This record gives sequence, structure tokens and C-alpha cells, in this order.
Amino acid sequence: MSKKRIVATTGNGAVAEAMRQINPDILSIYPITPQTAIVEGFSKFAANGLVDTECVTVESEHSSMSNCIGASAAGARVMTATSSQGLALMHEMLYIASGMRLPIAMFNVNRALSAPINIHCDHSDSMGARDTSWIQLYSEDAQEAYDNTIQAIRIAENRKVLLPVMVNMDGFIISHGIQKAEFIEDEKVKNFVGEREPFMPLLDIDNPVTYGPFDGLGGFFMEHKKNQADAMERAKSVILEVADEFAKISGRKYGFFEEYMLDDAEVAIVTLNSSAGTTRHVVDELRAKGVPVGLLKLRVFRPFPAEELVNALKHLKAVAVLDRALSFGSVGPLFSEVKATLFDLEVRPKVINFIYGLGGREYTLQDAKRAFDVLMDVAKTGKVKKTFDYLGLKEVEVLT
Amino acid sequence: MKIKDLAAKKEKLTCGHRLCAGCGAPIVARQILMGTDEPVVVACATGCLEVSTTIYPSTAWDAPYIHSAFENAGATIGGVEAAYRSLKRRGKLDKEIKFIAFGGDGGTYDIGFQSLSGVIERGHNIVYVCYDNGAYMNTGIQRSSATPRGAWTTTSEVGKVQPGKKQNRKNLTACIAAHDIPYVAQASPAFWKDLVRKSTKAFEADGPAFLNVIAPCPRGWRHPSDQTLRIAKLAVETCFWPLYEVENGEWKLTYKPKEKKPLVEWFKTQGRFKHLFKPENEHLLEELQEKVDKDWERLLKLCGEV
Repeated sequence: MSKKRIVATTGNGAVAEAMRQINPDILSIYPITPQTAIVEGFSKFAANGLVDTECVTVESEHSSMSNCIGASAAGARVMTATSSQGLALMHEMLYIASGMRLPIAMFNVNRALSAPINIHCDHSDSMGARDTSWIQLYSEDAQEAYDNTIQAIRIAENRKVLLPVMVNMDGFIISHGIQKAEFIEDEKVKNFVGEREPFMPLLDIDNPVTYGPFDGLGGFFMEHKKNQADAMERAKSVILEVADEFAKISGRKYGFFEEYMLDDAEVAIVTLNSSAGTTRHVVDELRAKGVPVGLLKLRVFRPFPAEELVNALKHLKAVAVLDRALSFGSVGPLFSEVKATLFDLEVRPKVINFIYGLGGREYTLQDAKRAFDVLMDVAKTGKVKKTFDYLGLKEVEVLT
Repeated sequence: MKIKDLAAKKEKLTCGHRLCAGCGAPIVARQILMGTDEPVVVACATGCLEVSTTIYPSTAWDAPYIHSAFENAGATIGGVEAAYRSLKRRGKLDKEIKFIAFGGDGGTYDIGFQSLSGVIERGHNIVYVCYDNGAYMNTGIQRSSATPRGAWTTTSEVGKVQPGKKQNRKNLTACIAAHDIPYVAQASPAFWKDLVRKSTKAFEADGPAFLNVIAPCPRGWRHPSDQTLRIAKLAVETCFWPLYEVENGEWKLTYKPKEKKPLVEWFKTQGRFKHLFKPENEHLLEELQEKVDKDWERLLKLCGEV
């Protein structure tokens, strides 16, 4: 039996390790920066007989997701990994995977979308897939990426859910940065994920089923979509149940989000993924000076834990939502939801939006400090000067 | 092979579907599914066959069936087959199962070309069938790369300055043969014995197999619905649609017309070609006949017939 290991690993290495321990029936493989090292790592495991997964080396991400759909409908436990343009190319198939209620687990290493082409981190890829009915988990570091990957299997395959899960981490910053992580014993992971018990699989040839029929005007399309929305709602309790069980084998407890110094804070930043680390550091610095700041790091973006977020944020005077993606012509996608969620409160915090880190632009300690400065000013004056602003924007003229 | 025995087989595509009277597609699908007695999982690309056979909550398929999108029947059935291999290796399944995908020419020659190329290059043990009716019929008769030169469609209109489709059709069967897979064949439902035999070979091949089958469309080709098989036969006898197979790289003609009929005889049966008989388009008829003659000569050479 393998031992619990504390290792130095990249985020990609940690995800590949989780996949090795899960040993899925099928892995759909296609390279794209910065995800490639995940499927490379897994291919090495496969070449050395450490897994007996059927690796399907497809010719595009569109075929990758199509392959996942066929294999998952057949009854197999299916995984894949992608980034950016790859996720965008799959877009059509993301809806079909969830519409057919197929429990596929996919790792997405967040990367900006072209044009201009840029291989570095932002969240425009996964935010573009916001409405595809995929559960979305976000990971601050390699440890969380590893832990979320293992939990994704159990969430997706739960009979009350049967929806695909996308786990995210920041491209390069986490995918390629070497960090400390603790890997659970192989046997414990194996027992935790168990075997998939497929619901109405295609390969049950004695009980033939039709997947993907036409469901038009006289049909039940709307009822199917409502069922899907209900499954997403049910995923909330399943995500927490799986987290509880996972805590027993790992000692690490997950929820919808992590609250840091939030209870007695007056202002807070809400963010996703690796920027939480930088923000937490600045919270510590400011707290040492007596400034009442806090952090909420969202782990589960879909289903959106609205009620729980309200409870966590309602006592604050001001909240800044950090978005690593733009919704051109509107505000940041995370901001619009957090703000809408808080609207029903009688007394609610002021909510502002910062766009940061597009195309891998560094999110610095100064950026976090600036955001907290603005927040403290809003808290003090009760007035918002600017609802929407950028962090880390270069002050230069560019061609418009 | 006796027609009496074939007729006694249990149908996997059953009655109750809503395809047009005289549609070639279900005739092709049913003949092909007679080619194996093993259980079969079916995938369909979006198209006439798909949309008309699975109107929720009904299904005409008495076999496990999956449709996911238009351009990916290849990758989808590849996924099902990969899952089968994986689960079998892991001792979770023990039955023999066959895998087949059906796509129209739009879903195969055009938008699904990459997915098909990928799935056969990877060596999945599947049969892919293109029922070729020479246009996007499900969306209402738009030209595809399978549409014959000179044919009318709603996006290769016949007008004052354009006599139908300007380009020659893609030779998809040869493209797929170039993938060096175990079995590739071209067939017609009018030659049912030949088609069922090719289907059996395709199912029994050790690796990917591809069948390109002509499937007349009364709506799109503008012919009466009782003429489908006659037209599918004439296509072969005029050498517009020769019957051949490529087995492990060996090209073989499976039917040689005793008398090669002129192409115009086939054109006359379909309204989509009627403008070609106007005096100003006479040169086109000649050019189209020349093209068919040239392709036929080349095929005879490939098949060692000359």
C-alpha cells in the first residue's frame, strides 16, 4: 500500500497524479498549452503500466468531448483536460454532455482566449462556458487542483446530479509553478472514487436506450431543461457531502468557498483561484496594521451558492469582486452575480468590480493593496467613485 | 445469401419512423444492419435519418442508439467503442458487440470529415456508413461536396448566369481508402446482395471500415418516390456510382455493367438535372460524360481490370 506523500509538484503534475490514482476507464487526450503536461504525465503513467486506462488520442478538442460523450453514455468513467481555445472549440459539445446528463470530469487550465493570441492565464475560457450546465470548481493551488479532481468524480457520478464537472486552476501560475502538496494514499483514493455505476448505459444491449433524440415543439424540451436545472440545484448538497467524506481521507475540508478574516471585517475581496493567495498575504499585512479587511475565495461557481454568499458577505460595508475575464459591453461575470445576489438585502454592502490579470498580467501585492484602499475609502465615505475599474493596467497609449 | 433469410431477420431500425416515402436512407440502413447477427450500437450524425427516427418520446431503433451532433458521429461512436474495449479489458463486460455510425454526405464529406478521418486513423473497430444523397437534404437541399457538378440545389441555383453546381464532387471513397484501413467499399441499395455482403465484411473487419452508399432522395433529386431503387441502379449502370471495394489496400470491382449506359439516362430520371438538357448546356452534358468516363477508366486500372 502506498503512503501519504508530501511533494513538490506543479499544478499539472498534481492533476496527473490524481488522474493516475483515479485510473479512469477513458482519458481523451489532446495537447494545448498550458494543459499539455497533464496528458503528457498521464501518458507516461500509461506507457509504464501504472494505469490501464484506454487513452484516446483524438485529433481535436471537439472530438475529445465527442469521444467523452460517446464513452460516458456507453457507461465508462471518463476524464479529459483542456485549456482556452480547446474549451472554446468544445463549446457546442459541452451543452450536449450536460444535456445528456453525462458525468464527465474535465480539468481546465485557465488561459486567455485569442485574439491577440496569448497563452497565459485568465478566466475568459471557463467564464465563456458559464451557462453550459457544467459544475465549475476553482482551485487556488496544486493541492486544491488535486483535491478537486478527486472529488469531481464523485460529484458528477452521483445519481442525484449526473452532470459533468469542470475543475479549474490558473494557467502557468499554478499549472507550471512548483508548490507543496500532499498526495493521499492510492488505496484511499481508489476506495473514495469507487466504481462508476452507470445509469442506462448504451452498452446494456439487452435494454436498448436512445440517447440524443429530437425533442421539438410537441415534446418535452422545456421539462428536460428544468430537470437539468434541478439537478444543478441538487448538486449543492452533494458537493458538501462529498467534501465531508473527502475530509475524512485527507484532513482537508472544503465548502462552497473559503472565508478568510471575514467575520470581523468591514471590507472584503471576492475572488477565484490563485489571486486568493496574493490577497490573503495583503490581508495579513493590513490586519497587522489594524485595517479590518477580509477575503472570500469562491470554490464553487456553478452551482452558484447565492444564499451562502449573502450570509457570508451581508455584514460588510464594501466588497470588491475581482474578475479575471471581461464581459465586453457589461461588467465582470463574477461581479454581476455577486452584486445581484446581494441586492435583496435591506442593508447591503457597496459592491465594486476590478478587472485584473488578463492574459497573465501579474496580480501584485500593490494591486491587492490598491483594491483594499479603494474599499476602505468606500466604507468610510459610503460613496462609490468608480464601480468598474482595472488593476495593473499599463498607462500607455495603445492603438484604438 | 437468400432474400428469404434476410427478410426473416429481426429489424434494428423498425417501422414507425417518419422518413419520406421513397427515401433511400432507411433502405440503406436496414440492409446494412442485416449484415451482422451480433448486437450493434448505432450512432447517427444530425440529419434526416437521425431526426426522423428518434422523435421523443418515440424511437424507431431497437438497438442502443446515440446522436450527439452533426460533425462528430465518428468521434462519438469511437468513444462508445473505446469504452467497450476498456470495460471489456477490465472484466466489466463480456459480450461481443459491433459499432456503427451513419452520416449523410453533409455530415461525412463536409462537416464530419475531420472527425471521421480521426476515428479511423486511431483504428477504432467501427463501421462508418455514409448514406450519400448528394446534398444537405435535412435543411432543404443545399449543395455539399458530394453534390454532382451541374445539379440544382437551393445553394447551387440554376439561373441566367449559373447552370447548377459548378464544381466536381469529392471522391470521398478514395479519400478514405487513402487512410489504409482494413475495409472500404462503395455500394448501392439496388444491389442488395452486394451491399449486405459488403456490410458483413465491414462488420467482420479487424479495425475500421467505411461504406459509401448512394441513397436517392425523391425530394431533393426531384423524382417520384417509387423510382428510388431504379435510380440507385442506373447510377451504377452508367458508372456514375461504381461498385467496388478496397480490402487491405487491394482494389476490386464488385460489379461491371455488361453495357455501360450513357449518363444522360440517369440524368433524365431526376428533375435536379433537367436544365442540363437545354441547348445552352449541351457542352456540360459532354463534359460530365467525359469526367465519368475518365473516372471509370482510372477505377478499372486501380482494380486491375485493364
